[in-house]
Amino acid sequence: MSIKSLKELPKEEFFSSGHRMCAGCGPAICVRQTLIAAGRPVIMVSATGCVEVSTTVYPYTSWKIPWIHIAFENAAAVASGIEAALKKLSRDGKAKKYDVIAFAGDGGTFDIGLQALSGAIERGHDFLYICYDNEAYMNTGIQRSGATPHGAETTTSPAGSVIPGKKEYKKRLTDIIIAHDPAYAATASIAYWKDYMNKVIKGLDAKGPAFIHVFAPCPRGWRFPSNQTISIARLAVETRYFPLYEYENGKYTLSLDIPKPKPLEDFIKPQRRFRHLLDPKNKNILEELKIDVERNWERIKKLCSL
Amino acid sequence: MSKLKSWKELPIGGVILEAGSSLEYKTGSWRSQRPIINREKCIGCLFCWIYCPDSAIIRAEDGKVDVNYDYCKGCGICAAECPVHVIIMKEE
Amino acid sequence: MMEQKVIAVSGDEAVAYAAKQCKPDVVAAYPITPQTIIVERFSEYVANGEVDSEFICVESEHSALSACIGASLAGARVFTATSSQGLALMHEMLYIASGLRCPIVMAIVNRALSAPINIHGDHSDIMGSRDSGWIDIFCENSQEAYDFTIQAFKLSEDHDILLPVSVNLDGFILSHSVEDIKALSDDYVSKFLPPRIPYYTLDAEKPITIGALALPDYYFEIKRQQDEAYKKVLSKFKEISREFSKFSGRKYDVIDNFQIDDAKIALIGMGSTIGTAKYVAKQLRKKGKKVGVIGIKVYRPFPSKEIIKALENIKALAILDRALSPGALSAPLGLDIKALLYEYDFKIPVINFVYGLGGRDISPKEIVTIFNRIEKIAKKKTMPHGYEYIGVREK
Repeated sequence: MSIKSLKELPKEEFFSSGHRMCAGCGPAICVRQTLIAAGRPVIMVSATGCVEVSTTVYPYTSWKIPWIHIAFENAAAVASGIEAALKKLSRDGKAKKYDVIAFAGDGGTFDIGLQALSGAIERGHDFLYICYDNEAYMNTGIQRSGATPHGAETTTSPAGSVIPGKKEYKKRLTDIIIAHDPAYAATASIAYWKDYMNKVIKGLDAKGPAFIHVFAPCPRGWRFPSNQTISIARLAVETRYFPLYEYENGKYTLSLDIPKPKPLEDFIKPQRRFRHLLDPKNKNILEELKIDVERNWERIKKLCSL
Repeated sequence: MSKLKSWKELPIGGVILEAGSSLEYKTGSWRSQRPIINREKCIGCLFCWIYCPDSAIIRAEDGKVDVNYDYCKGCGICAAECPVHVIIMKEE
Repeated sequence: MMEQKVIAVSGDEAVAYAAKQCKPDVVAAYPITPQTIIVERFSEYVANGEVDSEFICVESEHSALSACIGASLAGARVFTATSSQGLALMHEMLYIASGLRCPIVMAIVNRALSAPINIHGDHSDIMGSRDSGWIDIFCENSQEAYDFTIQAFKLSEDHDILLPVSVNLDGFILSHSVEDIKALSDDYVSKFLPPRIPYYTLDAEKPITIGALALPDYYFEIKRQQDEAYKKVLSKFKEISREFSKFSGRKYDVIDNFQIDDAKIALIGMGSTIGTAKYVAKQLRKKGKKVGVIGIKVYRPFPSKEIIKALENIKALAILDRALSPGALSAPLGLDIKALLYEYDFKIPVINFVYGLGGRDISPKEIVTIFNRIEKIAKKKTMPHGYEYIGVREK
């Protein structure tokens, strides 16, 4: 069962307006697309972060599904506990076995949440983990994370006169997860709603642990006008910066080939977090970022051809 | 908003029992510009609906769309993504 | 009284056996010495089909309690166990478990906290977590470890309580020594402890939001509400113990008064050392000395009224602590008792002794010394400040 058009999707949503996420928030779009794709009630476990904090300011909640937030680093561990409980309780006829989705940002996944996620996948729990990637610890004020790209400015990797932006490179998290051989894994972008929403369905249907890494731009943190969120999410793919692919049954598959990529400058220019890279004295950093993007693309293409 | 509740009146454990209660919080007051849709030219593709972060695009009976100004924060994504450019952003 | 069988088990095995009989739905645990036997034994029960539990071999203690919280909120009966570093690692989750009102039973096999690293028994692990909002029960022997594990589920899951409970037993001293205990039959345990009825459920028909952000306008009220639940714990514990005694023949109270009624001096503490103290008290009684022992069973919430009542006729008291509170006026239990005496305007001389850190043994002879010291200050009506060590090499 896959989604072919928007018209066929139900109008009623499990997520309501009135949440406090910024105007133009990428993760907010991700939440909506996720729950519309699911099309049925799920139990969601959210890690601490932008989505969690902005959607549940007591006594207001935007959620119309059973929703749990425990802490920052353990969305996958909490989801494991719920999945096991529902497995047992439904066996005894005491509870309905809903699908469990763990929803966390790049902070709660790439870095502090990596251990719990790795453990949950190794144990084979039947759940879907979605990482919405806005490439920094946005909720606490735009500090760098393992997902922040090389050269980007964040409050803990400022574009200073001696060190202009983040020195390190973006962690290849999806491939770390794929190395665990999950039931399903994929990357996605909120600009490609059909691709993402069908991946959500595949992730929910998969028997065992599933993981989706979603590119969800942040107008506030990346400093671009709030109406550009989808455009930037599209450019990330069109410049090969964020390849879209899937992993199933030991095989990588490219979701969208980009034979003629747009220049990386198209992606960089609208975002003030990269502005210093357009300065000629930082030319080498921009080069390094381009090389990193190409290397990653070539690596993914090679894996998809095996 | 009504008077804040005492500890005796709250559900146990800080749980929120009323699903979707954030609807009481009208984020429409946040915006500094509002989208205006030219309904006649709207092709009902629903891209604005799927890209709105706030579920502020209403899918009308006729297959076209309207804006829910109670919650629209004026981000402008709908106008930017409309393939036939029939949404314009106007200063409040 | 129901039929019981005598089994020879270590403290850990007693806990695992009791947990099995309580039929937890989910057990998420990570091994750490000296708790390992609990998880190993429970794994065997699951592997042999003796209990139908989902056993999650989590990858850390932090994840263990996280998974337990998730499972508890989903409506499952949950059990776990840990010690020392594991308890310290799950520290932030302890507060979350109590703040979200999750029924959970956790056996803590008390072991010293690093550094230096030490795998033996003392109370530093639980003392470091005494403000986390858990109900903390202390066991003197393996029989109590067995009995309290069963009663803990009933207490934790009660809709008037809904707080997580820890059952504390001394590392190696109780966890690994074999004692014979009377075990109830599976049927009785099932009768005493029917399946859990959750307070909240995760139901799409009535979806709830758990773990919301409470800003300064609501956090205080939610905490105040949580605090109210502790006021009901001691009476609920007594109620559950009364019911338990009908079938086991063993009746418990929030403190265990041993030869207190006509005692002139007493010793108060928690854990296995109370057993040794009782032995010494019996010997001293034979010599005509009127000594008594108070073993605290429920440490949090603190049984103030019960302790004050027990101390009614006592002239001097030894407070035994198997942990330090560095930089404080006294060690943990010392602080609790001194505050209690002040509040009830009950001025008797006390000496707070710190003993047994890192599993250092305390002998009957040393306890005799303690009683002798207390006897002296009872006569003089003076007391030293702070706390003293017993059993450490000063030179």
